[in-house]
Amino acid sequence: MNLPANETRFLADAAALAREIPNGACIGLPPDYSPVAMEVVRALIRRGAKDLKLLGVPVLGLCADLLIGAGCVREVETSAVTLGEAGLAPRFTDAVEKGTLKVIDATCPMIHTGLQATEKGVPFMPLRGVLGSDLVKHHPDWKTIDNPYAQGDPILLAQAIVPDVALFHARWADEAGNVWVGRRGELATIAHASKACYVSYEEFKKGDMLEDELLAPGCIGSVYVTAVASAPRGAWPLGVPGAYGIDDAHLLHYARLAKTADGFRRYLDEFVFKTVAA
Amino acid sequence: MSFAKEELLAVTIARLIGDARHVAVGAASPIPAMAVYLLREKNGGRPRVSLLQKRSGNPFTEGSRELFDLAGQGRIDVFFLGGAQIDGEANINLVGAEGKRFPGSFGSAYMYFTAGKTILFREEHSPRVLVPKVDFISAPGWSAPGVERRGGPAALLTGKALFLWQRDKRRFLLESVHPGSNAGDVRANTGFDYDAPDAVPATPPPSAAELALLRGPVAKVIAENYPEFARRVWDALAEIRPA
Repeated sequence: MNLPANETRFLADAAALAREIPNGACIGLPPDYSPVAMEVVRALIRRGAKDLKLLGVPVLGLCADLLIGAGCVREVETSAVTLGEAGLAPRFTDAVEKGTLKVIDATCPMIHTGLQATEKGVPFMPLRGVLGSDLVKHHPDWKTIDNPYAQGDPILLAQAIVPDVALFHARWADEAGNVWVGRRGELATIAHASKACYVSYEEFKKGDMLEDELLAPGCIGSVYVTAVASAPRGAWPLGVPGAYGIDDAHLLHYARLAKTADGFRRYLDEFVFKTVAA
Repeated sequence: MSFAKEELLAVTIARLIGDARHVAVGAASPIPAMAVYLLREKNGGRPRVSLLQKRSGNPFTEGSRELFDLAGQGRIDVFFLGGAQIDGEANINLVGAEGKRFPGSFGSAYMYFTAGKTILFREEHSPRVLVPKVDFISAPGWSAPGVERRGGPAALLTGKALFLWQRDKRRFLLESVHPGSNAGDVRANTGFDYDAPDAVPATPPPSAAELALLRGPVAKVIAENYPEFARRVWDALAEIRPA
């Protein structure tokens, strides 16, 4: 399998990024505390995306609950779906309990490890622990082998995971097509392992961040980045560390409304289908 | 002296942590976080704490992956796990039960093996949580011989009681019962069998000094990272504290 050496394209806006993500795609997404491309997620709902598979790296939150509630999702693989302090993710919970959503349950480091295998271009990678968990019985891509370097030492393998799309939000993008995500290493792992990588960004920087010794370690180089688009406050109501925090009150408001299908519909009408200036 | 349930639980967890070098706190665990920050206040900044969801000054520069790599290397002494269900063999279920779906297993299936010891913590103490056998094993309480495993359960703390894990017997032992409950109440509300002494002691309450630390410097850190939890506990405290 060949992954592309990209020359980053600069698109007009979040809606243009959302148009590039095809129905049926497997999308690797970060947790709520890592910048999520929420404006692109809203644009996916507005364009009526269908049959998406969401991969939580390693867990999912608000973006998944919105996409599931809006009927965009066929399947989820994740270690959890949660709204954190705002509680259970109501549309995810409802869909699973009604049997309308397929869930492949995982555990966080197995997802990281499967992506890390793809980063190295190898078919699998081993991980300690997990044996004896029912997750192993139900997961289609995990296998237990005997450690070939020792006797009587069973160990679990994560098959390489290759998402169709990596999608997240960055603090900066630059003229060279690099994006800066700071300490959020899981974003780099998703970008490195995916066939395409779409990034909305908070602010544009002139020049090339890889020329700056202080910025370069927090960058994902343009070779991994398919396309970027400007989306100021594009992670709202989630946060961008160093720029703005999570809008906790909004998350609580969402959690309350989304308890019912009707309340969720009203939320979509107000915050997704109407263009929002946060 | 009056104190909130959360404060009793936090000082109990602090005792269980003991003299660890490095304690990691995962998703949505404000009471374990209170416990670690209390210890740090008492012990001059020890133990090291890694709060996965710390909003400012997060300890990881490689994202959440780094938490698991640290644990795999043996650099984390204490971790915390809960469960929608917990059974008498210390298996935990974070996926769902009785047709109800819960968030999912998070990193439990890995951290339960790799952290030096795990403190199981669930406030609800009822037969629907503490079951004879979990419906789904997110993470097993023990492993067959030959399966590499550094750590495992050390204790189970609930809103009613503290149990210690007996590794050789694969059974819990009732260690103490919190004020407001008693041994019979614990037995009636526990769905699994466990060992208990003839006379079960009461869980020691927080001291005045501990309460002062919890309500001062510890509260400040907790409010930064768990604002909803902090509001809930602090409102309750305002009611029990004399004006």
